[in-house]
This record gives sequence, C-alpha cells and structure tokens, in this order.
Amino acid sequence: MMLAALDSMDWPGLARVATVLALGGGYNTSLVMIGVAVLGFASGIVGTFAVLRKRAMMSDTLSHATLPGIGLAFLAAVALGVEGRSLPVLLAGAGLAGIAGVGAVHVMSRHTRLPEDAAMGAVLSVFFGLGFVLLSYIQTLGTGAEGGIAKFIYGQTAAMSEADAIVIAIVASLVVASVVLLFKEFRLLCFDPDFATAQGWPVGRIDLALMGLVVIVTVIGLQAVGLILVIAMIVIPAAAARFWTEKLARMTIVAGLFGAGSGYVGAALSALMPRFPAGGVIVLVAGAVFLFSLVFAPRRGVLSGFVRHALLSLDIETQHVLRRAYEAGEAARAPGSVAEAVRAVEIDSLSITRSWSPPRRAVVLLSLAARGFVSRRGGEVRLTSDGLDEARRVTRNHRLWEAFLISHADLTPSHVHRSADLVEHVLDPDLVSRLEDELRRGGKLPLTNEPMASAHPC
Amino acid sequence: MILPDHPAAPRTPIASRPEHSAQSPMSVHSLTVAYGSKPVLWDVEYETPASSLVAIVGPNGAGKSTLLKAVLGLIPVAAGGAVFWGKPLADVRRRVGYVPQRGSVDWDFPVSALEVVTMGRYGMLGWLRPVTRRHVEAARAALDQVGMADFADRQISQLSGGQQQRVFLARALAQEADLYFMDEPFAGVDAATEAAIVDVLRTLRTAGRTVVVVHHDLSTVEDYFDHVMLLNGRIIAAGPIAETFNARNLQRTYGGRLTLLDAVSQALSDVAGQK
Repeated sequence: MMLAALDSMDWPGLARVATVLALGGGYNTSLVMIGVAVLGFASGIVGTFAVLRKRAMMSDTLSHATLPGIGLAFLAAVALGVEGRSLPVLLAGAGLAGIAGVGAVHVMSRHTRLPEDAAMGAVLSVFFGLGFVLLSYIQTLGTGAEGGIAKFIYGQTAAMSEADAIVIAIVASLVVASVVLLFKEFRLLCFDPDFATAQGWPVGRIDLALMGLVVIVTVIGLQAVGLILVIAMIVIPAAAARFWTEKLARMTIVAGLFGAGSGYVGAALSALMPRFPAGGVIVLVAGAVFLFSLVFAPRRGVLSGFVRHALLSLDIETQHVLRRAYEAGEAARAPGSVAEAVRAVEIDSLSITRSWSPPRRAVVLLSLAARGFVSRRGGEVRLTSDGLDEARRVTRNHRLWEAFLISHADLTPSHVHRSADLVEHVLDPDLVSRLEDELRRGGKLPLTNEPMASAHPC
Repeated sequence: MILPDHPAAPRTPIASRPEHSAQSPMSVHSLTVAYGSKPVLWDVEYETPASSLVAIVGPNGAGKSTLLKAVLGLIPVAAGGAVFWGKPLADVRRRVGYVPQRGSVDWDFPVSALEVVTMGRYGMLGWLRPVTRRHVEAARAALDQVGMADFADRQISQLSGGQQQRVFLARALAQEADLYFMDEPFAGVDAATEAAIVDVLRTLRTAGRTVVVVHHDLSTVEDYFDHVMLLNGRIIAAGPIAETFNARNLQRTYGGRLTLLDAVSQALSDVAGQK
C-alpha cells in the first residue's frame, strides 16, 4: 500500500533534477537555492562555535522558543492594525521570544540548583506549548493567516520571495563577517573560558555575541527550514565537519561548505517535490553528509576506527605468537642452541593459537606468513629465520618493559603502547642498558647475533 | 628567553589601604568565599612576597583552587578581595598569568599545541586583531622553553598528560606576566614534565617574577619553593619555608589525618637527616 502510494507520486526525473541543480529550474527556484545555500553557509560557521561551546541544546531551546513570539507578533500587529503576516514583524517577534527563552534558561540555571538541561527542557516545552495555544487561538479568529504562520514550523522555501532571499543573503553575509572578525575571541571562549576571564576578556559578552549570531541565523532560517528543524542546520554541518579535521579554521570552513551544500541541494529537491516540507528535505540532505562523515572520515570516522582497532589487535596477537614460540623454545631445553629449539616449535601446537577460533587463527597465521615470519614445512608451521629474529626482538622488548615496570613503575611515560614502542624510543639509553644488565643476570635477555647498537636507530 | 625586563613596580599605592604594600605582587584582604551558604574560605589575609615561589598546601577541600579562582575573579566572593601591586585586578590583568587545572578544558578541541600557546598572547592583541607572526614566534619560543618545540603542530589530544600540562605552562609564559597562578601543575605528570616545570619556575624567579602554585606533594615543597601557605578553609600559617613548613603547622593544617601526617613527618625527618 505504501509502495503504491509512493508510486502514484509525481517523482522528478534525473534530467529534471540535474537541470534544477544547475540553476536551470527557473528564476525563483534558483534564487531560493542560492538564498538557502548562503543561509546554510552562515549557520554552519556559527554552528561550529555553538557546537564547540556545547550550546547545541541551547540553540534548540532558542529555536523552539520562537513560536510564541511569532503568534504574539501576529496578534500585536493585528491589534495595531498592521498587516499581521508581514515577515519583518513576525521575525522580530520570533527573535525576541527566542532571546527570552535563552534568558529564562540562563536565569534558572544560574540562580537555582536546577541543572541546565532540565531548565532547557522546561523552557523549550513551555514556550513551544504556549506557541501552539496561540496558533490555535489565531485560527479561531478566522483571519486566514494561520497558513502563513504554520510555514514557520516546518519551513516552506516555495513561499520565499525574491526580496526574502536577498535579505537572507545579506544578513547571512554579515553573520559570516562577524565570525571572521571574532574568530580569535570565539576560539578562546570555546576552548578555555576561565583562562579568557583571567586574561581580562569579557567572557559573558563574547558568549552573548555568539548566542546573538545563533539567534540571527535561527530567525532567518525559520522560513526556509522551520523552527523545529533549524537547529539541524546549526548543529549537523559543524558536527559533520569535526570528523574531517583537527584544525578549527578548517572545521569552520568545512562546516560552512557542508551547510551551504545541504541548503543548495535540499532547496532544489524541495522545489522538485513541493509536497514535502522543505525543512525535512534540507535536513535529510545534511543528515546524509553527516552519516557519510561519521562512517568514512579518515581518522575520526567509525570505519577507520574499526580498521585501526582490528590492525592493532592483529599486531598484538602476532607479537604474542612470536613471543610464546620463543618462550616455548627456551623451555624445551633441546640439545643445541635456543635458536634451533625456537625454530623447531610448532606454532599450531602453542596453547595460545589453540585457544583461538579457526578464522582468527587463520588470519593471524596468514599475517605472520605474509611478513615472512613463518612458513609451512611438512604440514607444520614453524618460524623462519626472519621470524626467529623478530621473536627475539619482541621477547627482548617485552622483557625490558616488564623489568622497567617492576623497578621504575613511578616513571611510566603515559601513552606508551608497550608492545609496539621499542624501549629505546621511549627510555633513555642508560636506563635501557641497566635494564639489560638486570635481564642478563637472570639469564632472561634474548641473545641476538647483531650487536645491540644496531637495534638503536637514533 | 622570552621574558622581557622586569617592569618597574607601579608607583601609586591605593591611598585608602596603606597597609597593603604597592610592592607586593598580591595582597589579599579579608577574602571570604562561599558556595551557596557553605563558606569555603574564611577571612584570608595574605601578602605575597615579590620574586618568590609560593606553594599553597592543604588537604582536599581546603579551598586552594578556590583561593586562586577568587583572586582572579573567576568566581564571586562573599567579602574582601585582592589587589595587585596596589591596584585592582582589572588594571593589571595582563601582568597576571594563570595556569588552570589540566582537567578544566576539553582536550579533544580542534586546536594545535602552538595555537593554545598563542592564546597567551591574545590579551596583548586586543579585540578583533588577528594573530601576527611576531606573536606566533613568541608562542613558539615559549613552547621551546618547556621542551615542547617538536610538538607545536600536534593536535592537543595527541599529547600525553604531562605534555598537555607543559602546553598550559607555555601559554602562561607566552603572556609574559609578572605574577603567575598555577593550579596543581604537578598533578599526575611524568618525571620529565616535573623537571621542566621546576626549571621554568626557577627561571621565572630569577627573572624577578612571582609564582603562586597549588601543590599537593608535601615531599617536594622544600625543594621547589621559597614560601608556603598552609591552608584549610583559613590560613593556618604562611611564610618562608624554613620558618613555616614544620610538623606542628602541618598537624594543624591536616588535623587528624594520621596516615598522611605520618608520611609527612617521616618525609620531614628524612630531610632533616640529610641536612
């Protein structure tokens, strides 16, 4: 049934989509797309700082709190005999109510023991509820304006006039210019407000400037995206951008571009499918960008994290195998040298490999074989001479770390990955040679054929 | 060396408070701080000696960090306050540097070590002015001074705890202040960082600066500092180490916390034995 409903809809063809995206969808559509793109750019840039200042929920409270302002502005305008649907009047009301909502949260969390999130929840819902009551009341007046007001809830780009688009573009440009000018101040505020205060910066006023920009972006975004979803344009591009870079300036620009792209494509799609609310369509485009970033971003993404973790785990497992093989050879006390005994050890017979599931065992052995550390001879897996060297190195490193931890636990450098970091790279040479002496006295220092100095690359 | 010549002490003391020397980097008078209705600091009177390293020592919850935050204007005070070289803080902000606790910021913030240190220069720049090359170079020199020059471009989450602490220290150095407040700079750092911080403290003292450090390790107080303030809600004792840092005052500061006290007296007798 659902599918039938989807089928009966009038889906635009690919050619039509391409035409609209290339600004060939008519003057008004193109204008709206550019207007929303500029809006998206500004909200992405402001959103970067709102997100880093941990003001995402505050911004959401702000946007929901605009609704009663729109209703009240309409009623006030009608009472004063002004055209109630006039955009500047409604947006002014929206802005004032948003500021009142944020102010209410601020007062509550500052002067009571109420946690800030509870204050935001209370303000958001009470203001929004009041807004709905006002809208219902306005409907009973029968002025025929309720449709004009409802568009602020879900967003309706089609209702955007040329003049509106130009105003949005101008205001958004001013917002971007403000962020560029205040970049240094915002960075300081978001990273370390206490330090900023100690240095004499009026942190409260910088915070106010940032919230003010959020208010402006919210208000000019109401018409395009709607007040329920305008928060998405502030938070999502910034959150997505964070996945791609560790630099604030770059993150700001990337967030702006993500916002602009989402706005541009979203406005085009919403023009092609006027039956869907513009806000939803634009936010879904932004959401797709976010999802892609979350999964595929090279360093911070989920996929790269998963791969990194898998490789690390494989690395540790292979080192374990090599060390266990070395230890088994040492323990065998076969006639001849330790080296021969180690090379005689059957990797498959080690308890560590037997405890693994067959796929895991296959992967680890494959990885060892790929690096030339083991080879299969006569149906049994044994270390190669490279494997023997590596096993010696791994065992020596492991034992040095162990000796170090026993005697110098208080000095442990943080961030040391003990199996991967060679002792020599982290500890100073004197200490390493002392530790070696300790091991040698206990007969636990794996002997290597080459002199120790060559293991020291620096 | 990035520290400039020590500027002359301001000449105008506050006429209404003749008891507070204009020479003293910081004079605290009748400072009382309360969280809600619970007082944390009572009636603190203190005069910081010039060109010295001062340790603030006391048990958990003694109000050590609170004292720093209160004199720096980061938290509201119930009564009293502090003057710096005889002037209100607002007049001398740039001459006062602050190293907050490492845990006070989000280290996953998208910023490099050098950019954090450059923040120390923001006060000199003023509103809307972008960071210039001269200031970046000064920040680089400060990083070098704490042995972190090689990590300038690292994102700060990729630094170890000790390295992060040194970045904070470098940021304060870049500010080129005359009086520094450091909140637990030695907490949880590695030996190399501890040595680097001590080195910086001594360099600052030699250059005539004053550093007030919240410190938790009683065994190093005598090695690192000249003066000590023993704090537990109020000042128990304050003065030169030799006169003030003794078992009796520590007992009064730490009260009945016997295990700790035992450790302290042990440490003290060890030191006495060495001398």
